[in-house]
Amino acid sequence: MFSKINSFSTRGIDGYKITVEVNVSDGLPSFVMVGYLAEEVREAQERVRTALKNAGFRLPPKRITVNLSPAGVRKEGTGCDLAIAAGILRCLWQQNDMESDSTWDSWAFIGELGLDGSIKPLTGVLSMVYEAYLCGIKRVFLPEENVVEGRSVDGIEIVGIHDIKKLSECLQHPESIKGQWFSPDLFKLTQEEFDIDFDELVGLPLVRRATEAAAAGRHNILYIGPAGTGKTMAARRIPTILPPLTLKESIEVSKIYSICGLLKPDTPLMLHRPFRSPHHSTTAQAMTGGGRNPKPGEISLSSYGTLFLDELTEFHPAILDLLRQPMEEGSITVSRLNQTVVFPAKAMVAAAMNPCKCGFFPDQSKCRCSPPQIRRYLSRVSGPFLDRIDIGIDVPRQEITNYGHTVQTSPHNDSSATMRNRVMYAYARQQERFGAEEISYNSQMNRRQIEKYCQLSAEDTEFLEKIEKNHGISARGHVKILKVARTLADLDGQSDISRNQLAEAISFRSFEKKYWGNM
Amino acid sequence: MSTEKYTERERIFAYWLSRVNGIGAVSAARLYEICGSFERIYHEVQYNKKKQDFFIYSGMGPSVRKELDNAIELLELRESEYHRLEEENIQFVLYGEDSYPKRLINLYDKPMWLFFKGVLPSDSKPSAAIIGARSCTPYGRQEAEYFGRILAENGVNIISGMALGVDQAGHRGAIDGGGTTYAVMGCGIDTCYPPSGIRLHTDICKHGGVMSEYGFGVPPASSHFPIRNRIISGLSDLVIVIEARRRSGSLITADLAVEQGKEVFALPGRRIDPLSEGCNRLISQGAGIITRPEDVLDFFYIKCKNSYKNTKKSVNALAKSEKMVYSCLDSQPKHIEAVMKCCALTAGECMTALLNLEFQGLILQPMNQYYVRKII
Repeated sequence: MFSKINSFSTRGIDGYKITVEVNVSDGLPSFVMVGYLAEEVREAQERVRTALKNAGFRLPPKRITVNLSPAGVRKEGTGCDLAIAAGILRCLWQQNDMESDSTWDSWAFIGELGLDGSIKPLTGVLSMVYEAYLCGIKRVFLPEENVVEGRSVDGIEIVGIHDIKKLSECLQHPESIKGQWFSPDLFKLTQEEFDIDFDELVGLPLVRRATEAAAAGRHNILYIGPAGTGKTMAARRIPTILPPLTLKESIEVSKIYSICGLLKPDTPLMLHRPFRSPHHSTTAQAMTGGGRNPKPGEISLSSYGTLFLDELTEFHPAILDLLRQPMEEGSITVSRLNQTVVFPAKAMVAAAMNPCKCGFFPDQSKCRCSPPQIRRYLSRVSGPFLDRIDIGIDVPRQEITNYGHTVQTSPHNDSSATMRNRVMYAYARQQERFGAEEISYNSQMNRRQIEKYCQLSAEDTEFLEKIEKNHGISARGHVKILKVARTLADLDGQSDISRNQLAEAISFRSFEKKYWGNM
Repeated sequence: MSTEKYTERERIFAYWLSRVNGIGAVSAARLYEICGSFERIYHEVQYNKKKQDFFIYSGMGPSVRKELDNAIELLELRESEYHRLEEENIQFVLYGEDSYPKRLINLYDKPMWLFFKGVLPSDSKPSAAIIGARSCTPYGRQEAEYFGRILAENGVNIISGMALGVDQAGHRGAIDGGGTTYAVMGCGIDTCYPPSGIRLHTDICKHGGVMSEYGFGVPPASSHFPIRNRIISGLSDLVIVIEARRRSGSLITADLAVEQGKEVFALPGRRIDPLSEGCNRLISQGAGIITRPEDVLDFFYIKCKNSYKNTKKSVNALAKSEKMVYSCLDSQPKHIEAVMKCCALTAGECMTALLNLEFQGLILQPMNQYYVRKII
């Protein structure tokens, strides 16, 4: 008696198919599992045997062999329990006739068993169901708790199973199975409610402008300034002005969160852009992802959202340098003994730092740091990391009279809603422009696209050349300036980049030379 | 003693002594007085090492004695080093030799030897030291450059210490003015400290000279700097303090200058500026006040030529927004946001104007996104 059942597991953030082959034959009674199994998978035999027994099924005194194929890949996790149980049940019912029921081939079983026969929820269901959909599976049996998450994949039937008894009923009467399907209201984007708003920030028109540009074009942004001027305040309010997630982006992010078990049970898909703010004591593994069985790190968890690095200079320099490659490529490859996985890392990085240890530089009346001290402090951030920052903005200490204004009366106090409208406008312009391209944001433009979309007038080209020569701006800096200028022009609703936007973009890039250059 | 010449052999022993840690100008002069020649010093030390007779060591700490004892074996190494000096374009001058600067002869703690690259300041030309804080304001930096330039244009040697901030600006100004400038270093003659000043360092070697009491490979220890300050003030006829905090190394130099009988001038500043506190205090204590380069040049009886050339900037040809932006800037650094607020311009207009002004040399960006008016 032989049966073949589909199941799925995860590697990295993607699912992969496992075929569970069960053979029940004559011989000395035994239960053998093969197929390069981790300990928790091997233990499945005890769970399956006991669960079946407690659910009222009697295992025949026969030789039961379970193979998890592909046998060459190490299997981890407890998601195959259900498939093994289903395989055994099927063998028992088959009796001797090797009927070839092809309907089972388009079914998949994912779930962990309890000793009482109950079926328990798992992490990473979204990835597995999505992979199942890609493999042509029509119906997936999932633990009851994971049904909502599974339903977020369109075009596949999800059946929630509470325990083994229910499973056997379903399997014996396949015609009675009533599954659930994707429904569009699962991905109903609601404007996220925030308890913070940009209108709490007093003044700082330029900081707002820079933040808007960063949010609209997904540019990496660095806030530099004395303590208490509003760097962190501005950065924390970035999510309040970001454009909403698209369905495709949402599925990508949700997969990552699903693997980590961070999805909320009632919302199967991430509806809002993530905002992650790891503390500076974080480790390299937590930042990039890792572990024997690699799990996504902060840089991946903030994909399509914002990774906020507060107190940038307090981060271990090696950790910041780890971010260099993912920031450039939008993905990170984590290699470990067992496997090599690629996690997405499409975060927009926002960073905030003080200009020196005491935090008051360049205010000479307060800052008592010597030039070497300042240099040592700043040198904790490496040049290549700074190279990946598009917008640098100095947050100035404001005159004390500004604080007298209330939220309502102060000028330049645009609320998040106003700023968001401008960002959305620029976002729409980008979508329109990149309709045929693979990218959707200005910061993702490649060389060819920059040449196509960031054309300057002859005068401005000359102006830029002159400035670049004078300021010693590198080729990479040139590209960044053009990209940011493009975003600024989008914000202003102009089809071409004008001198004003160019000047602004140049000014947003001057931080590197002024703080880190010529030391 | 001042006219005698040293033999080559004597110079080698002098070089040997110069490379002993802890032997400074005063102790070297004492040893020389006791023993009569540098070679004798070596032999005395060698003799005393065997006999444990501490006659010549009186008044020296145990660590210096140990250094001297250890140095005995290093004579051959020092000799080869001495011959290498020439290859490295480094010259070695001893107290009493003809090229030894006359201004230093009468100092109590005159250096017994000097290493230098380039040339030494001539004794006949007037010289002024421009000193001040390392972490100076953009205003101080510009003033140092301005005074360095005008004085150099009028034939005054500029002496300073190559430190960041005011010192470097003074050197740079002097070179820009086509004059000669001299740097007294607090580290070995073959090193450049701070390392970022390497380009200035080579420029100074071409337009004057770099000197130090310390030979090959001596690190820039913090104790060296106050010691080299006496050479800075010693080589100058007057000392100009551009910016100094209340407790600043520049004030030590000013005190030394007063002790050496040199004139001290200070640039006045605002009462509330911490970097002008030291200068204002110097003035209240009787230092000369500088309001223009003539104040210094009058001291030398030099008639100032072209001091106001290039100092008045024409702003008539500027665009309207540029004029507005220019008029709201002053000598205090102002952030772009403050400029925007003050002129009621958008960020783009404001930055375009700022970039243009910067390009025309009317304003400076001393710190990121902060601007000041250029005063020279």
